[in-house]
Amino acid sequence: MTRETVLEVRDLRTHFFTKAGVARAVDGVSFSLARGEVLGLVGESGSGKTVTGFSLMGLVDPPGRLVSGSIRLGGEELAGLPEEGWRRLRGRRIAMIFQDPMMTLNPVLRIDTQMIEAIRAHAGVSREAARERAREALARVGIPSPDERLAAYPHQFSGGMRQRVAIAIALLNEPEVIVADEPTTALDVTIQAQILYEVQKLCADTGLAMIWITHDLAVVGGLADRVAVMYAGRIVEQGPVDAVLDAPFHPYTHGLIGSVPSQNRRGERLTQIPGMAPSLLSLPEGCSFAARCPRADAACTVMPELSELEAGRLARCHHPHRTLETARGGAA
Amino acid sequence: MSAAPLLALDAVSKRFVRRLDAAEKIVNLFGGNRREEVVHAVDNVSLQIAEGEVVGLVGESGCGKSTLGRVVAGVHAASSGRVLWRGRDIDSLSGAERREATLKIQMIFQDPMSSLNPRMRVRDIVGEAPRVHGLVSSGEVADYVDRMLLRVGLDPSYKSRYPHQFSGGQRQRIGIARALAVQPDFLVCDESIAALDVSIQAQVLNLFMDLREDLGLTYLFISHDLGVVEHLADRVVIMYLGRVVESAPAAELFADPNHPYARALLEEVPRIDTRKRVFQPVKGEIPSPLAPPTGCHFHPRCPHAMPRCREEAPALREIAPGRVSACHLNEA
Repeated sequence: MTRETVLEVRDLRTHFFTKAGVARAVDGVSFSLARGEVLGLVGESGSGKTVTGFSLMGLVDPPGRLVSGSIRLGGEELAGLPEEGWRRLRGRRIAMIFQDPMMTLNPVLRIDTQMIEAIRAHAGVSREAARERAREALARVGIPSPDERLAAYPHQFSGGMRQRVAIAIALLNEPEVIVADEPTTALDVTIQAQILYEVQKLCADTGLAMIWITHDLAVVGGLADRVAVMYAGRIVEQGPVDAVLDAPFHPYTHGLIGSVPSQNRRGERLTQIPGMAPSLLSLPEGCSFAARCPRADAACTVMPELSELEAGRLARCHHPHRTLETARGGAA
Repeated sequence: MSAAPLLALDAVSKRFVRRLDAAEKIVNLFGGNRREEVVHAVDNVSLQIAEGEVVGLVGESGCGKSTLGRVVAGVHAASSGRVLWRGRDIDSLSGAERREATLKIQMIFQDPMSSLNPRMRVRDIVGEAPRVHGLVSSGEVADYVDRMLLRVGLDPSYKSRYPHQFSGGQRQRIGIARALAVQPDFLVCDESIAALDVSIQAQVLNLFMDLREDLGLTYLFISHDLGVVEHLADRVVIMYLGRVVESAPAAELFADPNHPYARALLEEVPRIDTRKRVFQPVKGEIPSPLAPPTGCHFHPRCPHAMPRCREEAPALREIAPGRVSACHLNEA
């Protein structure tokens, strides 16, 4: 990929300092994102995918804190930015879509009030110009008769339509990056497909880059260019969607894909990953997946590095599944 | 199917009525025109489930699938129509016979936290019903509970704990153990794995498949997740706005859906094997069940709608052995 990089995250660490101890929700996450690219950030509950998204938006509240790492958006460093700097940035250059659109929408204000406010917070344009931009944004996400809908309140929309409005608001100031946190999880299949269709078109047409946070590997397979799999606060595997889903390196990715019922294995037992995710408060020494891993051995008591096993493909494992006969065995 | 089905629904409907309140009645006295609002949650559904069969009931939110499940499990009484258990109308049974029939049908809910009493210990949650119904004597309850917990893959030494001390997947296992404790023949699973993480979903799905094999259970498996239904079910019933639109053996349905809604729904399912696909969603949204469209409920969204579809509701017709579909197109 030679496309220009818009977002570069290096060694991001966000920890929560609770009474029970330090929860390392995000612990050394690195990735980059190019223009027009969709990166699927996949993981189960508690894997740190949402906290990663919030960290990119500067939305981590105490007791959580961004401990270290760098977030570069178009060359500008965001980590350590004061609140005022974040305010100027959020919604203008980087925006977020939440699982529940009512996190974005104010229930007692009309859609036009909210949208015009969001535009005028960042750009010195007249109300009329802002209103026109709001109308265009609604039309772009496929809302029929946007002129009338501008005057409606959020409760007058269905769930799918509300999510479209939330996406339209995220698009208002033409950000470079959108962080989408499970935006279609609560929606029905046909409505989900409508949203995915709009999102796909937007990224292709406008060069918008997107981080799509989800637990649903099937959605990632259909939508994303690259995928990063998170487990216990770290990225365990990263690479192009096809390669990762067809021939995963990491045993966790392997197990995760085996857990999804698929067409050609009707009625067979699903591969199950034994046990459950470890508590972030008391992560084991070494590889955090070792306790559930069928390939674990003595080497796994040392934390493996995220290393490039093939061009563009990273995995954090001492014993990755090899597609070709290149396995040398032993620790890397 | 020649033998009498284990469970049959004969033209079952369930209506929910919002009665007029006092103020609205007074308005009517003065010439107002306030009417009661009626939702036909389940509209004239007939269904046969043979012993040992797994029937998947799918549809989007508001299609009435959960209501139908609750009618089957006896949580709601049907507004009209009959529920037949082994050929006998449950409503016509009385006393011990009725108790026995209803005990044989158990339900497993979506959210294990809200369906388990948070103030009861696991041993009481699982042990109470079999003791009350005289399935085991008080002296044997402890052993019996141990066996049930082992059966669903829980360590019996946890039985003095409370539900909040378990993880989501374990809680769902407690709910399953509670249902199994009264020795049912038939389980109604209402979105029973929807709230679980992917790897935990696989564990619970495998448990369902094991139980079917070992205990010969029959399932009505209600889900919006077509991938899961395809994996598990022998036969799939698709509902749209309270009516069954298609019912067919799972393999045939997924290979070649007949009803336009079934076709649209199956196409929208994100699959892990399809990559970078172009989403081509069905137009429009699910209409309000308060005011469903006339004729065929699907006609406003259907690409093949004809004038007739607006006026006349299509009946379910056999299109192949064991396969029915409700569409006017099949009559040409």
